[in-house]
Amino acid sequence: MISAILIITVLGIAMGGMLGVASKYLAVEGNPLQEEIESLLPGSQCGQCGYPGCSPAAEAIANSAAPVTLCPPGGKALAEALAEKMGVSIDLSSVEEKEPMVAFIHENLCVGCTKCFKRCPTDAILGGSKQIHAVFADACTGCEKCYEVCPTECIEMRPIKFTLQTWYWPEPARVA
Amino acid sequence: MMDVKTVFGPYAHERNSISRTMGLVMVALLPATLFSLYQFGWPAVFLFVTTLLACLLAEAFALRLAGKSSKTFLMDGSALLSGWLLAMTLPPWAPWWIGVVGAFLAIIVAKQVFGGIGQNLFNPAMVARVALLISFPFEMTLFNHPVPMFSEVAPGFMESLGITFGGADTIDAVSSATTLGHLKTEVGRGIGLTEASQQGITLWQMLWGNAAGSLGETSALLLLLGGIFLIYKKIITWHIPLAMLGSLALMAGIFHLIDSEHYVGPITHLFSGGAILCAFFIATDLVTSPVSLKGQILFGVGCGVLVYAIRTWAGYPEGVAFAVMLMNACTPLIDHYIKPRIYGRDRKGEPLNLESAVDR
Amino acid sequence: MSRDIFKLFKIRGGVHPDDRKELSAGQSIEKLPMPPLLHIPLQQHIGAAAEPLVMRGDEVKKGQILARSQGVISAPVHAPTSGRIMGVGGYPAHHASGLSVRTITLKPDGLDRWIDDLNPAEDPFSLSPDEISQRVANAGIVGMGGATFPSAVKLNLRNRYQLHTLVINGAECEPYLTCDDRLMRERPQQILAGVRLMAHALDVDKVLIAIENNKPEAQAAMREAAAETNSVTVVGLPTRYPMGSEKHMVQTLIGKETPARGLTADIGVVVHNVATALAVRNAIFDGHPLISRVMTVTGDAIQQPRNLEVLIGTPLSHLVEFCGGFKETPERLVSGGPMMGQPLPSTRVPAVKGSNGLLALSHQEIHDSQEMPCIRCASCVTACPCGLVPLEMANHIRGGSLDTSVKLGLLDCIACGSCAYVCPAHIPLVHYFNYAKGELAARQRAQHKQGETKRLAEARTERMEEIKRAKREAMLKRKREMEAKKKKEQAEKEATVGAES
Repeated sequence: MISAILIITVLGIAMGGMLGVASKYLAVEGNPLQEEIESLLPGSQCGQCGYPGCSPAAEAIANSAAPVTLCPPGGKALAEALAEKMGVSIDLSSVEEKEPMVAFIHENLCVGCTKCFKRCPTDAILGGSKQIHAVFADACTGCEKCYEVCPTECIEMRPIKFTLQTWYWPEPARVA
Repeated sequence: MMDVKTVFGPYAHERNSISRTMGLVMVALLPATLFSLYQFGWPAVFLFVTTLLACLLAEAFALRLAGKSSKTFLMDGSALLSGWLLAMTLPPWAPWWIGVVGAFLAIIVAKQVFGGIGQNLFNPAMVARVALLISFPFEMTLFNHPVPMFSEVAPGFMESLGITFGGADTIDAVSSATTLGHLKTEVGRGIGLTEASQQGITLWQMLWGNAAGSLGETSALLLLLGGIFLIYKKIITWHIPLAMLGSLALMAGIFHLIDSEHYVGPITHLFSGGAILCAFFIATDLVTSPVSLKGQILFGVGCGVLVYAIRTWAGYPEGVAFAVMLMNACTPLIDHYIKPRIYGRDRKGEPLNLESAVDR
Repeated sequence: MSRDIFKLFKIRGGVHPDDRKELSAGQSIEKLPMPPLLHIPLQQHIGAAAEPLVMRGDEVKKGQILARSQGVISAPVHAPTSGRIMGVGGYPAHHASGLSVRTITLKPDGLDRWIDDLNPAEDPFSLSPDEISQRVANAGIVGMGGATFPSAVKLNLRNRYQLHTLVINGAECEPYLTCDDRLMRERPQQILAGVRLMAHALDVDKVLIAIENNKPEAQAAMREAAAETNSVTVVGLPTRYPMGSEKHMVQTLIGKETPARGLTADIGVVVHNVATALAVRNAIFDGHPLISRVMTVTGDAIQQPRNLEVLIGTPLSHLVEFCGGFKETPERLVSGGPMMGQPLPSTRVPAVKGSNGLLALSHQEIHDSQEMPCIRCASCVTACPCGLVPLEMANHIRGGSLDTSVKLGLLDCIACGSCAYVCPAHIPLVHYFNYAKGELAARQRAQHKQGETKRLAEARTERMEEIKRAKREAMLKRKREMEAKKKKEQAEKEATVGAES
């Protein structure tokens, strides 16, 4: 009886001590998960998710404060990658894939104010002051930042056009 | 210039459908069923019809509840086939409510709750049979000798109505044990098999179906014929039936050789207790059996071994339903681990390396 | 070697569709009259689109190059007849999507004048392999069985692989199609010449011409033509779809499996189609570029099924008209065979190098039926020639987990359609696979773009910070300078004050 109590007490003290030491010396600065998640995100700081940038969004996902499906530019593929990272299962079929858009500048309306040019997070808008601007579609993430600031409303968000190389069959319709 | 709807191909299709598949299975069952119904007379006919109708009703009810088109799904024949198979495993003179409760268990509990056709893990007919056997052991083990329709000993139409729907106790007069049940009891009493089988049933009786048992347990020959028809029609492959019957016969053969007084021989095992019905019609159920041929062989062997083990060492002499359900539970596992080899890859899924490809 | 002693090897799976070849097999190849306009797309092959060399208003002669190939995997296009260029611009593509593609429109002048410098080879067999493949490339020849891979690239495989056999694919395993059958019956000598040229270019001494056993006339004609050539053997193949799949045909013939993601060249074999062989012969013996091809126009909705020799760019409506028009409104219009062919939205689109058939199918012959849930009957598993489990792959795609379907072998699927053909539940299995492959490719592109934009965004942030820092430094510097100046001024002031005092 006494010996049992003793053994349990000693065990308890020893293990408690070990935990205390471990928490002190093996402490993790910040959340490594957050960094991993951030590396998956587009990194264009577009803010479409409602968070001010990719880093705060990654933090929210890491803390499970935001769903893994929050990033519109990332689409289904990103949601799937995030779900795997977070170890959660999601019904991807319900994720509405937002049609990818790119900005398009109507040249006849552009006054060359360079506002969009300064705002673009990926330098996808070409042109200088007092020059007509143009969008380099391959670098445009569709974040709509330029769309918001244009004083003459000459920027239009257009869906990315399919070509024979990029077109593919849509998912078959579901039967009951 | 007209525009035509663009739909993905192929633009040719084999002339088949789910209802055709189900229909062919029923055609294969028909001779054995008709003969059994003749053998067991009007009560069997009433039970059979009641069970089938109850299955259709249960299916219609469930489809309505799920908001699915009852026209498409009721007509696919799957509910009818489940009911048919269930009826084949019931004692022919069982009261009507056995069939109705069985139908409810098969269609609602075993099939629709899982999501309807194609989604069930277990064979609906076997779920119903096992549940009935456990819940109503008396009614489910009360077998009678065949009394061919229109023969002198057979009950008349009205009397038969009484047996099925009225709960008349005429059944006691003709009740009898099944072949396996009889042998098991005798061995349990310490009587050797040689002696026990002298009072028992001959091989010919088992083959032809002139023995006590459920509807589908009896006429082994006609069932075998139906099974071969299904293989010929490519609805099923030979893998499951052969593996199952082969392993059953092998197990029975080995133990019979070791101790012929205690272990029943392979012939009796093969042609009694619904082994044939199970091998060709129940274990081969498309939904609940593995998809790869190798997986099917494993599944069949598993069924055969389990049937033998349950019949020989467990409390139920008729172990077929339990064996099939146990193997049904293994099907997802078998499908996960046993897949065909992909063209150009080895068994592990890595691309073939060139040296070995050249050697082959 | 005769057929009797040629040992064939078994392949798994496959189906036996009703071949319907009787509709058009008896019709000899006819030349289609000149259409009023030709629409010649710049993208008729796998690879980069050709770059136009002509402009609106240019007069061109038959065989003149209209657009040159761009890059290693590409092919030029040539004028199918003489006439005037009406424009270069978008026109509906020969494609299921109905998208438009850059197309050169040519108005024939009716004179059909060839260019002056056709330059046929004087002694074709003295050409070096490189010269042959160069001429094949210049003639714009692509795989005419439907794959449309530039043929010259395939002829150049000898540089990278150890080849021993050339297989000529005359299987024509797709139902309905009879164009290769007719070519082999009517022009066996010319095909053989092309075959021998290709064998010469590949530097192989063994040639197998593989023809399914449902074409005994074609087999006989090719055997007769090849009788004097020792290295060429005509082999009869069992009639089973998809026997014409390159890798499966090679396995049937030589018993070796092509490794996954590899080419048949990995096991020393190159496969070319019979129509391609004929095009190669015409390019080298006559100097003719690829400007026409033979197509089968058939199906129950066609008044009179025919085999037609059509100029590239001929609108399909012109073909249908020549065949007496439609008997009834077709339920489906298909380019190619019914198993792997692609649907077409209309007959406005032009004939292209890879189109071997136009099917106008009636409602009765497609056996369409309502889709039902999968009953796990495993028919698709038995039918799959690639050893896949189609039902599981489709299930995962339906559930959205494309990565799992890839692990199950999605990318090993050859889209032959055998699984969908046998499915009793009429599930569009190949549609699922095709969608998943497209979606995966799109995701890959999106990921690539994401990586690029991320790099750009980071570069920009860095630059912005650099500018900020430079500004701050400049400001600090100015401040310091100002202070120094002030101090100096003060010191000077003090000095003057001191001096004054």
